[in-house]
Amino acid sequence: MKKKFPFHIIVFLFPACFIYSIFMIYPLIDTMRVSLYTQNLLGENMDDSSGVRAFIGFRNYYDLFFNDTWSWHFWNALKNNLYFFLLHVSIQTPIGLLIAAFLSNKELKLKNTYRTLIFLPAMMSIVIVGYIFNLILSNLWGIPQTILGVVGLEDLYQPWLGLKGSALITVSLISIWQFVGIPMMLFYAALLNIPEEILDAAKVDGSSGLNTFWKIKFPLILPTVGLMCVLTYVGNFNAFDLIYAIKNIYAGPEFSTDLMGTFFYRTFFGYQHQLGNPTMGATVASTTFGIILIGVMIYLFAFQKRITRYQY
Amino acid sequence: MKNLPSNLNSIIMHVVLFTYTIICLFPVYLLVNNSFKSRRAIFKQPLSLPNEDTFSLAGYSKMFSRIDFSIFFYNSAVVTIITLFFVLLFGAMAAWALSEYKFKGNTMLGLYLALGIMIPIKLGTVSILQLMNTLNLVNSLTGLIIIYIAQSLPLAIWILTEFMKQLSNELKEAARCDGVNEYQLFFYIVLPLLRPPMATVGVFTMVPVWNDLWWPLILAPSNGKQTVILGMQQYIGQYVTNWNAIFASLSLALIPVIIFYLIFSKQLIRSITAGAVK
Repeated sequence: MKKKFPFHIIVFLFPACFIYSIFMIYPLIDTMRVSLYTQNLLGENMDDSSGVRAFIGFRNYYDLFFNDTWSWHFWNALKNNLYFFLLHVSIQTPIGLLIAAFLSNKELKLKNTYRTLIFLPAMMSIVIVGYIFNLILSNLWGIPQTILGVVGLEDLYQPWLGLKGSALITVSLISIWQFVGIPMMLFYAALLNIPEEILDAAKVDGSSGLNTFWKIKFPLILPTVGLMCVLTYVGNFNAFDLIYAIKNIYAGPEFSTDLMGTFFYRTFFGYQHQLGNPTMGATVASTTFGIILIGVMIYLFAFQKRITRYQY
Repeated sequence: MKNLPSNLNSIIMHVVLFTYTIICLFPVYLLVNNSFKSRRAIFKQPLSLPNEDTFSLAGYSKMFSRIDFSIFFYNSAVVTIITLFFVLLFGAMAAWALSEYKFKGNTMLGLYLALGIMIPIKLGTVSILQLMNTLNLVNSLTGLIIIYIAQSLPLAIWILTEFMKQLSNELKEAARCDGVNEYQLFFYIVLPLLRPPMATVGVFTMVPVWNDLWWPLILAPSNGKQTVILGMQQYIGQYVTNWNAIFASLSLALIPVIIFYLIFSKQLIRSITAGAVK
């Protein structure tokens, strides 16, 4: 006997599913479709859907990867973005872990205050953070010179954000500064969730604090470390605001801070003498989507399988 | 003597944590502190607090004379609050359906809705702009609100579903026995129980929406429809040399979020550590 699908379930689900499907899932799929077209760019309004479009298959992707007009910018942005991500993982994760390990110490006083304040920058607008650091690191204000001067190292100062060799590292460090609170919070939560008995058993067996951390706690929170890596990866390939605030869409000097987000924006809306190109923009967005998907897949298949044996 | 190692440990921990806290707060201090100082003092004594000689509100008055920040605040507030309302309502309704009723495709639908947690909505910009053009919602707060609702729903549904699975069955069954229908059950009995997770959902919805630059930049760049972040960004772009005004506008855009965070931080942190967000 087949029952009719209960009407009230549909009522409860409909609004969320409708908005989510129309304004999130459909545009993502449609973007991939648009990336297979080319558009007459002479139309006045570049986001005008009436512009003549012709189906060209994967030509846009070929152009993006191999045609000089696009490929230099694409590979440059991809390389920068990977570097941006690697810096995040290798600096942000250990700092977050260290702070979380300290905070999970039960006898520590003031830990709520530390926790709240260290998480604060993660709540701030990336744009504001970008501007603050732009001012702090600017030649005119001289804050780094003053601070370095205290220890007699004022000669070390350079306009880090303006130099081709150091701009990307500086931008990454600013972003890391802002988001250390997120791994800290996730690791802290994971450390608190470790069953008390395991730690007691270790203590009884005479395991020292450091030993307990590396041999027992760390393996147990490894799933969270993996999750943090994949979250960072997705966030990093979605980054735009910070570069836009500090460097505008030109991602200078000489595109050394260009990320997929800024490259996408320039491709879609155009800049200087280059016209905006919606279908190429869709190609960049779909490629970014693929890159994000690859990262998530690696996490799901390789990383998660290997760590399941540690689960308790 | 036995206590020495543990004392030493805690001293090291405090030194590290304290240092890091200073690193976190120093830029914020520099910003807000200097927004209340005269131009000369900003450059001469950037680190010291304002005193009688150096205190000045020149930046704020300059900024208010040029632009109407209150419009931007109003826009941001409207967008954030309406978004939050619908995310909570629609999110709770969907989470209720997913956690309470067994129906075909339940798991699949849950996964479908969770996709959006990982996939950034920005990647659909090309089509969203086209869609908004067709619907005539470009340059409107409505367009922004719709996008923000779509963007925030996946995480909200996830968190609320996890919470609703823990609700006791007795209450629901008792209500059903009293002849309460499913809608009444949800709106009068379940919804009021959702306060704790709603605070978490609230923070995770409101903070990214308030801080967002991308969608205001793309959907509402024209006069009078800017949010605080976009308005501030455009303002700073125009008056790059007036440091007083820059500090004032940055501080003004920043302070509401700090206040909001400090009010809700306890609840937020409690729910993160309780494992509501995995």
